[in-house]
Amino acid sequence: MNKNVKLEVRNITKIFGKNPQKVISLLKEGKSKSEIFEKTKQTIGLNGVNFEVYDGEIFVIMGLSGSGKSTLLRCLNRLIEPTAGEILIDGQDITQMSAEELRNTRRTKLGMVFQNFALLPHRTVLENVAYGLEIQGIPKDERYEKAREALETVGLKGYEQSKITQLSGGMKQRVGLARALANDPDILLMDEAFSALDPLIRSDMQDELLSLEDRVQKTIIFVSHDLDEALKLGDRIALMKDGEVVQIGTPEEILTEPADSYVSRFVAGVDRSKILTAESVMKRPEPFVSLSSGPRVAMQLMKERGISSIYVVEGKNRRLMGILMINDALDAMKTGKSLEAVMIPVIPRVPPDMPLNEVIPLIADSQYPLAVVNDAGKLLGIIVRGSVLGALAIAGETEETGGPEAPDLEETVRTGKNEGEAGPPDPESSGGLNGIIDKDSINKGIIDKGPIDKGIIDNVIGSGPAPEVEARSVAPAPEVGARTEAPARPELKGELEVKTW
Amino acid sequence: MVIPRIPIGNTVEFAVDGIETHFGAVLDLVSDQLDFLISALKDALLFLPPELFIVGISLLAYFAGRRNIKLAAGTAFGFFLIENMGLWELSIETLALVLSSAFMALLIGVPVGILCAKNAVIYHIVKPSLDFMQTMPSFVYLIPALIFFGLGNVPGMIATVVFAMPPAIRLTNLGVRQVPKELTEVADAFGSTGWQKLAKVELPVALPTIMAGINQCIMLSLSMVVIAAMIGARGLGYQVLFGIQRIDIGLGFEAGLAIVIIAVVLDRITQHLSPK
Repeated sequence: MNKNVKLEVRNITKIFGKNPQKVISLLKEGKSKSEIFEKTKQTIGLNGVNFEVYDGEIFVIMGLSGSGKSTLLRCLNRLIEPTAGEILIDGQDITQMSAEELRNTRRTKLGMVFQNFALLPHRTVLENVAYGLEIQGIPKDERYEKAREALETVGLKGYEQSKITQLSGGMKQRVGLARALANDPDILLMDEAFSALDPLIRSDMQDELLSLEDRVQKTIIFVSHDLDEALKLGDRIALMKDGEVVQIGTPEEILTEPADSYVSRFVAGVDRSKILTAESVMKRPEPFVSLSSGPRVAMQLMKERGISSIYVVEGKNRRLMGILMINDALDAMKTGKSLEAVMIPVIPRVPPDMPLNEVIPLIADSQYPLAVVNDAGKLLGIIVRGSVLGALAIAGETEETGGPEAPDLEETVRTGKNEGEAGPPDPESSGGLNGIIDKDSINKGIIDKGPIDKGIIDNVIGSGPAPEVEARSVAPAPEVGARTEAPARPELKGELEVKTW
Repeated sequence: MVIPRIPIGNTVEFAVDGIETHFGAVLDLVSDQLDFLISALKDALLFLPPELFIVGISLLAYFAGRRNIKLAAGTAFGFFLIENMGLWELSIETLALVLSSAFMALLIGVPVGILCAKNAVIYHIVKPSLDFMQTMPSFVYLIPALIFFGLGNVPGMIATVVFAMPPAIRLTNLGVRQVPKELTEVADAFGSTGWQKLAKVELPVALPTIMAGINQCIMLSLSMVVIAAMIGARGLGYQVLFGIQRIDIGLGFEAGLAIVIIAVVLDRITQHLSPK
């Protein structure tokens, strides 16, 4: 996606009341909303909203009812006049436009789709779709031609002469969409466009909007109160609360780096496995060994890192060739075989954009970490079970943030690390364990935040009395069983076991 | 302390006299125009032979009622009865008076209703005026109408217009106000001008309510036209008045029946005209 700014909102404020300027000056003085309401009896609909929308993206404005999202959308085409601020569309400030200029901008650049369809009941489907062209004075034949094309785009060919009352909800909204598309606007404003539809129809319409977006490349600004919808549709999401934007970011950013407790509470119930991708949970694949090196080099690398397996890649592009187990490396050293001969060539690999819910069954069936590989075969990273669980666990953790168990957890992690570093040098007995709790995996978003840490532990060892059992059921790696007898601390054991293969 | 009597009646009398003296010429001109309108319509309707008229109005009822054969048959029978009672000419005169009064009332009432819906100030001025017009006994209008326009059809028509206009204004106002906000937003969002919004969105959507107003307006016109006979309006009302003066129940009933027939036919036709 190119990053041309299509629409820019600067400091938009909307006051509902009789003397908005007074509220503006109070806001500048830094008074709180409730103070201002107390004093002036005026409501602040939007307070200093800023964002940019890039050309060709789907930008979702999300918030609960009353958060100001629909007001914000209506400010963009001045159905509601903003009290202060600027809205630039292709660099032109729409708030400064005359009535004539505004009308032309609305006709050519801004299409709108409404929550309750808002079709004109006295017109046929075709006449509804042609409405925007009709008021521009385009001749009948031409506007009907374009309207037919738009109807075909939304899959309503053959319904041109139907009456609005004969259509189902989903079809009505297709007409609404076609009406907006017929004008060929640059920007589509969609106000809770699918909220009035049945869940199944809604899901279909979302899919169709996405495929439509691929074909027509419009900039879409979509208002929704439904987080799942926002995550599904949005290239980026602006989360609103009380007339202010709390956070703007990609769905992943919203999920993984919530800006404040409001956002994290908001996203707490989300099924992360659908949103997070392989890329977001993978860790750096280091170390890896080049195919041209000998088994001794591979052995040395594994020893340094204290790990039991290593990836084999080829060339500068890090093309993934296979995985080398430490036993096989030892074998090769003794027998003088090449790396290629002893490595395991076929290992599970996944593309970086695979959703986590598809990764999970693969990783459950696999004995090795999953390799994340791009189209060119380059090794981008690896996924171990622990990082998947860690990413998913964020969902369950948020309400208990800062709970009494948090310090324990930090200690656990630190202890774990120490144990690894100070552990017996012999890779045979502890390499597998140490290898996983390396700094990489810790830094790679699994253990870099307090609440997340806790999430992992909760998830891994459970809160039940028998952490060992719990841990094992999560990570039933056969080779690990014997090795994990060694550590004494149950928490640590759980942690290690899961992260081990 | 004695509070002096506030001279409301005298003031109104003074105002009416003043208008009559200063604007007499204008009022005469208006009177002539309206008289011409009524006469022309009456002559046009009477130009048709009754048989042809009956066929015509039955066809109108048939198509207005979306091929409603019962309505057409009822209409034909009703007008046949009027002809049979020998009240044809009087009925046509009443019909002409009703239609021209209703036309005038709508000509003023619908635009005023739209203005009321669009402009809060106008609405706050018009609303109490409407209350006044509707609650003031209709006979009272007859007096200034009589003073301004003398005896005859024109004062009857003026009194009728004043009496029949309020529902047209009220229901037009209501209809336009009740257009769903999303639909007016559609008009704006797609870049309609104010007139396009009114003509292509607001009025069509408000049409059923406006049609109810038109229906009410016609019905009220018909009831007032009979009362207007007291100041010289001709037609069936005059016949009813004649029946009262002579205590002739047969004459009065027949004229009353003809009024009922016209009322029912006009009501059904206008009701069916509104889009479903």
